[in-house]
Amino acid sequence: MQNKIYDAIIVGGGPAGLAAALSLKENGITDVLILERDKELGGILNQCIHNGFGLHTFNEELTGPEYAARYIQMVLTEKIPYQLETMVMNIEPVEENGTVIKVVTATSTEYGMQLLKTKSVILSMGCREKPRGALNIPGYRPAGIYSAGTAQKFVNIDGFMPGREVVILGSGDIGLIMARRMTLEGAKVKLVAEIMPYSGGLKRNIVQCLDDFGIPLLLSHTVVEIKGKTRVEGVVIAKVDENFRPIPGTEQEISCDTLLLSVGLIPENELSRNMGLAMSPATRGAVVDDDLQTSCPGVFACGNVLHVHDLVDHVSEEAVEAGKHAADYIKGFAASDPGLTHDLDPDTALMKKFAARNATRNGVNPNETIENADGSKTFVLPCINCPAGCIVNVTVKDGQVTEVSGNKCPRGETYARNEVTAPVRIVTSNVYVSGSDKPVVSVKTAEPIPKGSIDACVEALKNVTAKAPVKIGDVVLANVAGTGIDVIATANAE
Amino acid sequence: MKDYDVIIIGAGVTGSAIARELSRYQLRIAVFDKNSDVGEGTSKANSGIVHAGFDAKPGSLKAKLNVQGSEMMPKLAEDLGIPFMRNGSMVVALSDEDVAHMNELKQRGEENGVKGLRILSREEALEMEPNLSDDTKGALFAPTGGIICPFRLTNAMAESACVNGVKFHLLTEVTNITREEDGYRIDAMQKDEFDEAKDHTVSYTATCIVNAAGVYADIFHNMMTDDKLTITPRKGEYCLLDVTAGKHVGRTIFRMPSAMGKGILVSPTIHGNLLVGPTATDLEDKEGNFTTKEGLDTVNRPGASAVKDLPMREVITSFAGLRPHGDKGDFVIGEIEGAPNFIDAAAIESPGLTASPAIGVMVADIIKEKLSPEENPDFVPTLEPFSYMKLLPVEKQQQLIAKDPAYGNIICRCASISEGEILETIRRPLGARTLDGVKRRTGANMGRCQGGFCYPKVMEILSRELGIPMDKITKKGRGSEILTGKIKQQEGQDHAE
Repeated sequence: MQNKIYDAIIVGGGPAGLAAALSLKENGITDVLILERDKELGGILNQCIHNGFGLHTFNEELTGPEYAARYIQMVLTEKIPYQLETMVMNIEPVEENGTVIKVVTATSTEYGMQLLKTKSVILSMGCREKPRGALNIPGYRPAGIYSAGTAQKFVNIDGFMPGREVVILGSGDIGLIMARRMTLEGAKVKLVAEIMPYSGGLKRNIVQCLDDFGIPLLLSHTVVEIKGKTRVEGVVIAKVDENFRPIPGTEQEISCDTLLLSVGLIPENELSRNMGLAMSPATRGAVVDDDLQTSCPGVFACGNVLHVHDLVDHVSEEAVEAGKHAADYIKGFAASDPGLTHDLDPDTALMKKFAARNATRNGVNPNETIENADGSKTFVLPCINCPAGCIVNVTVKDGQVTEVSGNKCPRGETYARNEVTAPVRIVTSNVYVSGSDKPVVSVKTAEPIPKGSIDACVEALKNVTAKAPVKIGDVVLANVAGTGIDVIATANAE
Repeated sequence: MKDYDVIIIGAGVTGSAIARELSRYQLRIAVFDKNSDVGEGTSKANSGIVHAGFDAKPGSLKAKLNVQGSEMMPKLAEDLGIPFMRNGSMVVALSDEDVAHMNELKQRGEENGVKGLRILSREEALEMEPNLSDDTKGALFAPTGGIICPFRLTNAMAESACVNGVKFHLLTEVTNITREEDGYRIDAMQKDEFDEAKDHTVSYTATCIVNAAGVYADIFHNMMTDDKLTITPRKGEYCLLDVTAGKHVGRTIFRMPSAMGKGILVSPTIHGNLLVGPTATDLEDKEGNFTTKEGLDTVNRPGASAVKDLPMREVITSFAGLRPHGDKGDFVIGEIEGAPNFIDAAAIESPGLTASPAIGVMVADIIKEKLSPEENPDFVPTLEPFSYMKLLPVEKQQQLIAKDPAYGNIICRCASISEGEILETIRRPLGARTLDGVKRRTGANMGRCQGGFCYPKVMEILSRELGIPMDKITKKGRGSEILTGKIKQQEGQDHAE
């Protein structure tokens, strides 16, 4: 074991871990080490190549890799040390010289099995998706059943299609995003089935990912059986009653070769559980006090490992808090004996807030049209500019917009006017790249393009192979589909 | 000369055990199996229990071979380097009627030669297992009950046979058996791993045939005799719970057995999960190992087992297996009358996994009698040890990573399985070639994320190591490809790279 004692070790180099590291630095703590299990920093954001990130944090709309890249750049600038392809296996509080430190066991190809001492730990391991088993869907166990996030990795990072004819169970955001993504890559997404009477996804995603492509969202429906022995050949869906039980007689068989599951996220708390932290059954994350400190003094948690967040911006915010409190703990470290464990109230206002955020997801029936008495029509539109998802009412008479209401910012008005006259979209995708160890690099249109040009844009991208090195912002295809708008890289490929 | 002295049909736990025992002799032995991996039938979907042996009728093969198999298991597990634990089992009495049965069961067990059986009072039982049903009236405790990984047991016995010279013909589906002078001819369909167009028929001859074909054993049996055997696939559905629920009980908890089997049991698995099941439904379809709503409901129903407060929200997967239930009331082991040198090892339902090592010896003895082979002086009973990183002390882990950094690259997050361990399972004799193959050998994909994170990584390793393109990697053989091609493809066109 090394004799060095770090001030803080951060478990996970995703959005939470990176922001926490920067926050520690900001608060005067420099002896920090980030341990990341993947080949690069950024966590799950690297495969979330769609846009919609960063409106709160950076006041502009970024894709996942771009959002991650900004934090990674800051971490590099601040010279905060990190190890990649390093998996933390165990964390243990140990009494040493009258105080309590933590020993972090981590394994990696480069550094081998390490036992690292630290005063504090920030847990930022993120979350994972619920698997099929959790749903107990009857049938064989064929290939072709994946969580939406696994499909996302195949398509966005590895450049492979997990299927051609797809049914998606669950309307969580990743499921909705993958409905669009698979469609753009030429798959036929037959439908999205949601067992709840409302979608768990953001309104903007229902509009941009389903409605834009005419993909039906069947609320109060679930998959009751999977057909196929070796590969999925179809699924049987059925309507459910108010107790979520399938209603006999409503079954219909949908042929497909793939079932994607987007049925919820669970904080990934193997380490937390193994070290005996008090856990909350409501959030499935650790119980924390108002300082985001767990039941083991000096161990903090933030981001999706603590509770599942809707927005990465909120993850970053929470991580800043965790970093601040960890810094305070480190500064007072020598002066106190924190003990191995302390009791926490699992029902603080903060914990209740986390749990509530988990339980209540908004439901809306978007794109309703109201026929007014004067012959005008009012379109009820969830604004897709930001995740706030304002419901904007646009009234149109004789082809002219007469009234816009419900928007909380001017972008909402612009969006609503465009949406009823000339709708536009930012297209996110990826292109092949040569001369890099990555097979593909993610891209987006630099500006929104007309909705009608999406197909042509996607078609054009099929024939593009970028040449490494590619940097974020590099133009990979100029004036796509005659729109006058360039397609630019949203990730680096060296 | 015949192609082989012995051909064993079926590379399940029974066929593999027989092959291993036979490899102690100087015989030319082959194992034929229609699947791309060993243990793809009954052996991959069962309770993973090493039964103590109190259940079977005294004097039956089931009773005898169960107790023998259980006694052989610790040494075998040690030789093969596979984890085995005598966690003990309990049969719980929930009614007065059950209490009467419990005493009978103890007597029967003692007659079968099961050691250490003990009747527990309600209080004693609850003290040992606080999560037993509130209706618990008492329990029969069998300290010799155990748990083992059924995949590894099958794989390891097959690998041991392979290392000792047995030839495995996988993807070889026996279609016909005909008697020839001094032996038999087997016709089979040799399936290509990837391309159906390359499938072709093959023929082999052998002096001896062993029929260890699981749910298909009746088909081969009935080719040889008019004394017909019927094997009914008896489906058992299970739910597997996350390791977070693995300590809900410490022992294997049974209800009082009935005519249809041992009822819904609850047991920790050797991997630390909790297993609940099986149901028992008789089928016609020999490939009908799909789960059903009714079956899963039965497993999930509170009160189905003798354990209370099962945390069913921790279910990570469900599965179904088919037990080969014979109509003779016992294992069918021995030479078929009128078909010399054709030996059945059929109807090996529960306690078949436990009995398998003893079945191996019994069948090997029959063949030894017939062919009088010399002993194989090169027979090695042990296997190259497998590097279970998790079970090694830190210094050993450090050494292993220093020698090969792949052991430091964790691929499966849920079970902490390293790239090095996955590479080992691919490179070993009869190594893994599919995702399920890797799963059964290492536990990767088997944890709570069910492959969500490690699927793509394991696929990359398989692709690199075996030289199979990513989109040809399968879950469990041809037809179960994970990917359907590359992105950016026009209909029927490859992307020009």
